[in-house]
Amino acid sequence: MNATFVKVLKNGAVRFGVVILSALLLVAILAPVLGTVDPTWLDAINMSQKPMARVDWTGPDNQTAPRTLIMGTDSFGRDIYSRVLYGTRISLVVGVMVAVFSLIIGTFLGLVAGYFRRVDSILMRVMDGMMAIPGILLAIALVAAWGAQLSTVIIAIAVPEIPRVTRLVRALVLSIREEPYIEAAVSVGTPTWKILLRHVLPNSIAPMVVQGTYVCASAILIEAILSFLGLGLPSEIPTWGNIMAEARVVFSSAPHNMWFPGIFLGLTVLAVNVLGDGLRDTLDPKFNKRGEKR
Amino acid sequence: MSVVLSLRDVSIALPSGADRPFAAENISFDVNAGEIVCLLGESGSGKSVISFSVMGLLPDNVQVAGGEILLDGVNLLKLSPAQLRGVRGDEVAMIFQEPMTALNPVMTCGDQLDELLAEHTEFNGAERRAKTLAMFEAVKLPEPERIFSSYPHQLSGGQRQRIMIAMALILEPKLLIADEPTTALDVTTQAEVLSLIKTLQRERGTAVLFITHDMGVVAEIADRVIVLQHGKQVEAGAKEQVLRFPKEAYTQMLIASVPGIEPPAERQTHTGKALLTVSELGKTYTSGGWFQKKRSTEAAKAVTLDLHPGETVGIVGESGSGKSTVARCITRLIDPTTGVMRLGDTQLDGVTRDSLKLARKRIQIIFQDPYRSLDPRQRVGDAIIEGPLNFGLSRESAMVRARELMGLVRLSPDVLSRYPNEFSGGQRQRISIARALALDPEVLICDEAVSALDVSVQAQVLKLLEEIQSKLNLAILFITHDLRVAAQICDRVLVMQKGIVVEQGATRDVFMSPQHAYTQRLLASAPGRDFKFATGLSETVAC
Repeated sequence: MNATFVKVLKNGAVRFGVVILSALLLVAILAPVLGTVDPTWLDAINMSQKPMARVDWTGPDNQTAPRTLIMGTDSFGRDIYSRVLYGTRISLVVGVMVAVFSLIIGTFLGLVAGYFRRVDSILMRVMDGMMAIPGILLAIALVAAWGAQLSTVIIAIAVPEIPRVTRLVRALVLSIREEPYIEAAVSVGTPTWKILLRHVLPNSIAPMVVQGTYVCASAILIEAILSFLGLGLPSEIPTWGNIMAEARVVFSSAPHNMWFPGIFLGLTVLAVNVLGDGLRDTLDPKFNKRGEKR
Repeated sequence: MSVVLSLRDVSIALPSGADRPFAAENISFDVNAGEIVCLLGESGSGKSVISFSVMGLLPDNVQVAGGEILLDGVNLLKLSPAQLRGVRGDEVAMIFQEPMTALNPVMTCGDQLDELLAEHTEFNGAERRAKTLAMFEAVKLPEPERIFSSYPHQLSGGQRQRIMIAMALILEPKLLIADEPTTALDVTTQAEVLSLIKTLQRERGTAVLFITHDMGVVAEIADRVIVLQHGKQVEAGAKEQVLRFPKEAYTQMLIASVPGIEPPAERQTHTGKALLTVSELGKTYTSGGWFQKKRSTEAAKAVTLDLHPGETVGIVGESGSGKSTVARCITRLIDPTTGVMRLGDTQLDGVTRDSLKLARKRIQIIFQDPYRSLDPRQRVGDAIIEGPLNFGLSRESAMVRARELMGLVRLSPDVLSRYPNEFSGGQRQRISIARALALDPEVLICDEAVSALDVSVQAQVLKLLEEIQSKLNLAILFITHDLRVAAQICDRVLVMQKGIVVEQGATRDVFMSPQHAYTQRLLASAPGRDFKFATGLSETVAC
């Protein structure tokens, strides 16, 4: 167990991903003390300021103080630096929550479908049906029905991921259930639920963790897309997609409004994907025999 | 006789962090034209690494550290990758263990040979086809025309290995390297392929480097033998000399571990009330779902057997004979289609879950593959006490029992807190035995339980099983394809072919005077059956 952990941490890709993501996590947690102001506050005097501009900033308490706008302000006069840093919270929460949510439900369904052959064909046809629903359309429908809030967005993004996780887990279970150690457990009288929990689940964790990172990366991207299209969280809430949606209007005069959230978004998704690749290389036995000469 | 391949003091280094610095150390031998030299060794002896080094196919992190490999006087280690590619195929060819993965599944067999000829020779299309068909004829494939346009999956394992041999020999190489070419084949097919390799090699004067772990195969095919242990060359010499008058302790131990094909004369007969009775057992597999046509295969038909306490009954047969199906039906890992099974007074077929659970406790099974029969994510101790816990024993008393069992299978009780990947195949198989015994079963089913083990480890595990049997008066149903093992440990045997028991009786009767044509063929195919190995050697040499 410990040896696996050391092996994972020795992988360069894993280290890169862990370092970047830890930094982003710190930024998200420490956002209030990193020199930010209320991200929804607009200071009408300081509209469309350039990055690094030195201005007199009037806060919500009507106090005016000199301040350096590291990333400038948008066309409403909101501090982009504060909005981008607070936006990190939304993106990470959405990414992690979607991954956890779809993994839990998908794993449960996959275990059932893979181990109980009778349910399999029915359950998988339902999953096929779910895969036919376009994710964006589902999100529009859910947001329209339940209102634009974080939980709705998370559910809207997670639901289309469930069939993918289910398929992966089912495939894993189908191969694991044929392993002699499962037959050995059956022959010593272990009840089925214990076999699933003690033998099947622990042996399918590694590929699921890898899949989880990909789900997480794609969830962060989809949240940004939904926000950008105006289908996600309300526009005053600072999300990277919302910042970019506003920046689109003034892109020719103030392209930096687009860059900063874009760089953060790109870096986050890259870090999660690189981490996923690193985990796959170290955890998945199929990738162990790399680089043999031919 | 001219020397084709010559290894001089070759050492092959392993990457740092491996269990030993060299995969092979100071290996020196010659292979002459028209001669078969066997590299004989157990797993981890470095025999395959040596063959890969000749082909220049070593993995990147494994390198030849010293010595020279001369092919017709040319040092292969000095050649550029491009020159080496010219040597492979033209002058050296190789046959692998698994013919299915060595052939391209989306090309017809004919095309694969044709491609080789097009690459390496100047023949035109018609000549290439004629040459390929002639080669198929030479390796005794039926209907060469049909085989030419068949895909690998349409052929049997033996036929695929013949295609591999045809591919290896069509360019008339000076040296053929055969890496366990018959290990994946059934014994009757193995006998045919071995005699084919021998005939073709004699006709063409090819030098053959034959890698194997099987003493019987060596006896069958070798001219000279080189014995390897942990990467070191232990003994080398003519076959007769090494196998009949081995000098080194390790060779003596290996040869003593080979079970004889002749069953011992004194075997007690078990009479009285049978513990396990199976009558008219049948299993039909049906495949096909909503959209496919239904197909059914009869894996076992009307199998009847009984087993007494303290008795060992063997089921022998080749792959697909249904012997494992019978084992799985008796343990109710699969449900039999027809038939009645009774354990003492308890019915085993068609019973409720609760009574089945109680019956499970009394019949335990040991599987073939020691690397897959233990959950890699479960500690050895937890694996052993899993059964007792299921039947209501407390964790503490189950652990006490597990410690006792470790003593019984000759492992230290400390291993209980470790994970299976820290153990060798033989140790894992002992752990599996301990897990099966933890429930105090009356019947132990060994499904090819020693087939994946090295011959010296196999001998130890078999001895352990016999000891345990006499101590606990266990009834053992021993399923194996290995006639030598069956000959030594079974009181009675059943011979199965295509789901049917074709012959059964006391082991000595069946082996010494087989009645059924299939049994006769099976026994005649056992490699090295007519060879007299050295006798009276001690098995107890530390290895």
